[in-house]
Amino acid sequence: MAEIKKHETPLLDELKKGPWPSFVDDIYNYGEKHKKQQGFDILGQMELSYKNKETHWKHGGIVGVFGYGGGVIGRYSDQQEKFPSIWAFHTVRVNQPAAKWYHSSALKKICDMWDHRGSGIVNLHGSTGDLILLGTVTEQLEYIFYDLTHQMKMDLGGSGSNLRTPECCMGMSRCEWSCIDTQDITYELTMHFQDELHRPAFPYKFKIKVSGCPNDCVAAIARADFSIIGTWGDDIKIDQEAVRAYVGGELKPNAGAHSDRDWGPFDIKKEVIDLCPTKCMYWDEGQKKLYINNKECNRCMHCINVMPEALRPGDDRGATILMGAKAPILEGAQLSTVIVPFMKLEPPYDNLKNLLYKVWDYWMENGKNRERLGETIQRVGLNRFIVDVLGLEPIPQHVKEPRSNPYIFWKEEEVEGGWTRDIAEFRKRHPA
Amino acid sequence: MSERPERPDPIYTQPYDPTLAEKLYNPQKPMENRITDIGPPHYWQFLPPVIQRNYGKWKSHEIIQPGVLKYKSESGEVVYVVRCGTPRLETTDYLREICEIADKYCDGYVRWTTRNNIEFHVTDEEKLRALLEDLKSRKFPNGSYKFPVGGTGASVTNIVHTQGWIHCHTPATDASGVVKSIMDELFDYFGSHKLPAQVRIALACCLNMCGAVHCSDIAVVGIHRKPPMIEDDRLEKVCEIPLVIAACPVGAIKPATVEIGGEKRKTVRVNAERCMFCGNCYTMCPAMPISDGQGDGLALVVGGKVSNRITPPKFSKVVIPYIPNEPPRWPTAVKWIKKILEVYSQHANKYERVGDWIERIGWERFFELCDIPFTWHLIDDYRLAYDTYRTSVHFKFTKHVKPLVEYNY
Repeated sequence: MAEIKKHETPLLDELKKGPWPSFVDDIYNYGEKHKKQQGFDILGQMELSYKNKETHWKHGGIVGVFGYGGGVIGRYSDQQEKFPSIWAFHTVRVNQPAAKWYHSSALKKICDMWDHRGSGIVNLHGSTGDLILLGTVTEQLEYIFYDLTHQMKMDLGGSGSNLRTPECCMGMSRCEWSCIDTQDITYELTMHFQDELHRPAFPYKFKIKVSGCPNDCVAAIARADFSIIGTWGDDIKIDQEAVRAYVGGELKPNAGAHSDRDWGPFDIKKEVIDLCPTKCMYWDEGQKKLYINNKECNRCMHCINVMPEALRPGDDRGATILMGAKAPILEGAQLSTVIVPFMKLEPPYDNLKNLLYKVWDYWMENGKNRERLGETIQRVGLNRFIVDVLGLEPIPQHVKEPRSNPYIFWKEEEVEGGWTRDIAEFRKRHPA
Repeated sequence: MSERPERPDPIYTQPYDPTLAEKLYNPQKPMENRITDIGPPHYWQFLPPVIQRNYGKWKSHEIIQPGVLKYKSESGEVVYVVRCGTPRLETTDYLREICEIADKYCDGYVRWTTRNNIEFHVTDEEKLRALLEDLKSRKFPNGSYKFPVGGTGASVTNIVHTQGWIHCHTPATDASGVVKSIMDELFDYFGSHKLPAQVRIALACCLNMCGAVHCSDIAVVGIHRKPPMIEDDRLEKVCEIPLVIAACPVGAIKPATVEIGGEKRKTVRVNAERCMFCGNCYTMCPAMPISDGQGDGLALVVGGKVSNRITPPKFSKVVIPYIPNEPPRWPTAVKWIKKILEVYSQHANKYERVGDWIERIGWERFFELCDIPFTWHLIDDYRLAYDTYRTSVHFKFTKHVKPLVEYNY
């Protein structure tokens, strides 16, 4: 084994201190234990960045595995002489199991593979949800892919202008509020759209995220082109006895989330009734009974969050489908906008898949290069997207408020007599 | 419904064979032995038996102490969850240690949250106590906790973040080091429930923002402040010029021709006056590097959220347009984040998120309370800027208002 070369890293060493887990200590010790040059070289290059405040990774580099157009991100150092072991340091995105549950047997096997074929450095997880293997060379990529598929029964995630790896919250596996089976939906969509995930054919990236309730723990509304958020159409279920237990101080509000500060005794009027955004709740002090005018509820989850033992989402469950969220590049950040207020979601989710196909057909035909769906929707107009593209009925739920300007692009067929007029006839009535 | 494999696939208990791939992959016949499009492993096999038994039957939950949740099922079964922060950027040794803990207490099962926390599941309290003790004792050689417990309820939970200088080619700052510096300073808030509501902090090392940084209570965003440089001798060879021009959101890039050594070269020119330093041109064209040690730094954006609770989800807003990069500890950024967090903690009502608190008191009051200088950079002049103008006479008199007695022009 070649001599291991360590680098002086006085700036990074500062990050070994303090209580929060130190990635520097971790990587340093990994390098020591495994006699791995990559561990020391990556810290050495990072130290250089800490010194001159600029990255030392070159721009891009297209690498991948045969037959796929994504899943591997090429990365090359611009300090290859100084740090030869990380001259190439490609990223491999591995599609995570839904809601990121693992068994140690699978993780340990990935560790063994990554010690052998890569830097031993990982991200759990990347921003889109993939398990990220950080740092390998081009020659190893096919072997890594063969190891993943043959020995791990795992596959690559998305990158580039394709469907990115779908992601979800923990859903029904542990959460009492999940109105949809987020994990099954995610698994089913991921399996069904393998081609879209591995072979870029879109104008730009496309993200699908699935949250079980309006608390939206995977931030679907902020970062997914296609946001699936669980909700319900009937009444919030009330256990009046448990409500009384909260009022009486026997149960801790918000499941104990405020336990380290004295906020005074629980006040249902102040903490629930008055904070309800639609003011649809009433606490009858005499009867000791909570009333909810469910017709007026907008399902914000606040009362349910505060009194989880007493209140639960209703039984008529489904999802709201929103579209178009993205980060600022290019035209500014966007949140997803309501497209289908309520959709029942039952396996095999054909209604959802068909909606996705419809959206993709249009976007692939009409989207400009590197234009996210949200930008396409803005360009063609939400009204046209809903009515002409998706064939849905426009309803008030699609907007916060109707337009304030009357600059309406009337269609000719909507106007009696059409647009063809006779100027000579006009002048007979109105001499110039 | 997809078929549910009950136990982890037996393939995972077979030892890793480091020689197998070399036997299977034939560069001359790349389709030989190739398995493709199998997708991720089925999630069901990785659910602990207690989770499988109670899937969809959970009734309620309680946070029994910071970082420890107790879930009750309709079946009467109970599961305790211990949540720990991780650095996200880690080694296989760190992963193996997580596996060792999972094997010891949780039959090997473990889960990651969206915000890079890990969760261990146990079904009895005795195991729970032992697990908590064990986690507390595990430290890196220089003393940092490997598995700090917390991140529940009205806390600062783990920071979602991007790659930064460890692996990205477009960053304006580091990610892991800034996060470590912030979490060291806010450590007490991770392991306690002292705040008015949960505070979600996020970091993106450039405006590409992988992650929902733009809807966080407090977010750190790497920014550039110098226009890109142009490598005339290389540009036409490595860039699609029309795509580069189209990539500029403000139309600041135009085609140009230059002469180098008597040879005409196609290139571009950037109208620096128009440039807003988004870096999209560099993403499209490696011959237009934009990073700069002096120019780059951080912006702080606050008051966003993702949850629909009480008020709709909203974007974070820029409150500090620029803080220089100060590795290794970014003291100025850390100081401002702590200040904003503590002013919020002192003034907000119970359940009030940072953005809801600011909207109640008004942004003018926020700037006054936090003592953050208000400058022209904070007044929007991009798309939809008009939506942010104050088109009413509803405002508060803060120290910012000075009566305009005389106006000379």
